[in-house]
Amino acid sequence: MSSVIDLLLILVLLLALGALASNRIARCARIVAAQGVVLAVLFIVSHLDDITPHLVAVAAATAVLKGLVIPWLLFRSIREAGVQREVEPYIGFQLSVVLGALAVGVAFVLSELLPLPEATSSQLVVPVSLATLFIGLLLLVSRKKAVTQVLGYIVLENGIFVFGLALARELPVLIEMGVLLDIFVGVFVMGITIYQINKEFDHIDANKLQELNDMNRRRHRIPHIRGAEPPHAPASDG
Amino acid sequence: MDATAIALVVMPALAGALAFALPTERPQRWLLLGTAAAHLALVGVSIANPPAPSPADWLHADSLGLLFLGITSTLFFVAAVYAIGYLQREVRAPRPDFVEGVLFSNQPERVFVGCMLFFLAAMSLVTVSQHMGVLWVAIEATTLASAPLIYFHRHHRSLEATWKYLLLCSVGIAVALLGTFFLAVAASGISSEGAPLLLSDLMAGGASLHGVWLKAAFLLLLVGYGTKMGLAPFHSWLPDAHSESPSLVSALMSGALLNCAFLGILRAYQVVAAAGEAPFARELLIGFGLLSMAVAAVFIIGQSDYKRMLAYSSVEHMGILSLGVGIGGGAAFGAMFHALNHSLTKGLLFLVAGNILAAFRTTSVRGVRGMLQLLPVSGPLWMAGLMAITGMPPFGSFLSEFTILQAIFAQGYPLVAAAFLLLLAVIFISMASIFLRMLMGDPWTQPVVVHKESLLAVAPAALLAATALLFGLYLPPAVDSTLQAAAGLLGGAR
Repeated sequence: MSSVIDLLLILVLLLALGALASNRIARCARIVAAQGVVLAVLFIVSHLDDITPHLVAVAAATAVLKGLVIPWLLFRSIREAGVQREVEPYIGFQLSVVLGALAVGVAFVLSELLPLPEATSSQLVVPVSLATLFIGLLLLVSRKKAVTQVLGYIVLENGIFVFGLALARELPVLIEMGVLLDIFVGVFVMGITIYQINKEFDHIDANKLQELNDMNRRRHRIPHIRGAEPPHAPASDG
Repeated sequence: MDATAIALVVMPALAGALAFALPTERPQRWLLLGTAAAHLALVGVSIANPPAPSPADWLHADSLGLLFLGITSTLFFVAAVYAIGYLQREVRAPRPDFVEGVLFSNQPERVFVGCMLFFLAAMSLVTVSQHMGVLWVAIEATTLASAPLIYFHRHHRSLEATWKYLLLCSVGIAVALLGTFFLAVAASGISSEGAPLLLSDLMAGGASLHGVWLKAAFLLLLVGYGTKMGLAPFHSWLPDAHSESPSLVSALMSGALLNCAFLGILRAYQVVAAAGEAPFARELLIGFGLLSMAVAAVFIIGQSDYKRMLAYSSVEHMGILSLGVGIGGGAAFGAMFHALNHSLTKGLLFLVAGNILAAFRTTSVRGVRGMLQLLPVSGPLWMAGLMAITGMPPFGSFLSEFTILQAIFAQGYPLVAAAFLLLLAVIFISMASIFLRMLMGDPWTQPVVVHKESLLAVAPAALLAATALLFGLYLPPAVDSTLQAAAGLLGGAR
């Protein structure tokens, strides 16, 4: 059984690297969705010996939310916002993957320093969790588009979820459901915001969101003198 | 279960749902004010008769929770009163923006009122949580409920601020979730059946927690919740969100929300201290505290936008709170007292900033002149706010900052004391020069909108100013005992 768990954990890690290497947003979103489903399977497999209704409920909620609902939300905001297909990284894909591999190495070194007090289902849980988390963070900071930043955030959350595997038996179901609900609502609110960003800016490069900055004084012009016509700009809300 | 604690969370949540359902605007506003008043009354009763400790409950307001609950509820009530006048003043139709002339419109009012009430429910849940998991869920919920509030004025700058806030705080809070899991691993040795995340269990099992995991957990929780609290260097979302959201939302975020995130760190600190690892945590808190004060000082010097200046001042004061708890002893009491003073003062300042914005139509310091002449009530209140925020007597913040300073010397950190005084002095000079430039001079050199200051726009701020002044002269016994007990939970005494 532990070999199956190890395989699934490695699959989670490979999917994270795959998300890092993909140059199309849709492909990246599908990979992240697949990672969510693998997590749900992993959750069931690692608790096969003492399965309870609560574990099944959490696994089902994970699969439905991460595998179906969240990708559907993201695809909808991609479609409605008319997002271009390309990922548009700040750093190249090859460099991204190299950095991702480096993150995996760092995660394995770190996990040596943090030995789990009890024997868990697999020795790979901690390193895979940390590596997925680092890759999510890398995805988040190295991609221009708001949608890809959300995908990075989900990969980061997935990494933390892997760590939760080590504790699943011990966390109350209410907490796990609360965590899932928060992540779902979070992505939902982000989806709405992406839609608004696109309406406002005609594209969803988060790198265009750079006006609020203390180094940028353009906005501190004195306003127009009373009675003067304000300059007419196209209405933003259609 | 503690029935009052549950009511404090459920009541605003239900009212928020009702606000979304109500078709017209007037009843929504009264619902906001009514819920805020009922919440404040309930909190007042709890503070006057503190509930008996019941360590097994997930939801229970201990004295630390009661202190932050009291701050949150008071500030929310004042903001709700201000909101009545504010929503009346707001123009409905699309209108040109003050800064760039781009047309924009508002969020629907029911979204605003509903999210305000959900925000109150989430913050109340933070203060009554005795379970680290519930605490995490609640703090994440505060982010989600407050994000639409920042985007009330729907233009691209507020959208940018909302996006930064959502993403940075979500990532920060994800880090805190990992920290919570680490805490569960650290505690897995306490009992045979599962890892308890209940505060009382964690503290009772203190000595048997795993040291490395506990330290890693504290670090992650400090970084995670510290992002939300606005500790440097994780504060970059804060000036944007505070300067772009409506002033009453800024007042709530600065005075109530940042404190809630701080409470998350304090809970982690309680566990670490119970495990005998307090020195490790205290060094980190002192370091992040001083760094936040220094970063805030750099950005306050010559700041050209008065709302951003107030936001950086919040970073400074969060640094003071962190420093105070890190120093311990009498400074723990000082920090709790300072949290109270800072919230009252910052609420006052942001509400007055809203009045300034309405009159001068700019957030630029250069565009505001002669406030004392043009705004006969808001002008003097802005002056009082300057004195209170920079810790001048006879305001309460003088006493709290002085208490912290005394304790820094008493605990034997002369270099920290020197840095603390130097940074306070630099910030005082920069803020005073900005405030005085705005207060003095001839208002008619600037384009202004003349209107009589309405009671609803100035009374809430005046009430906060009076309370901040009162606490400098006389501390009511109920407040004093709550502060003492809260400091006691952090291992400090006056």
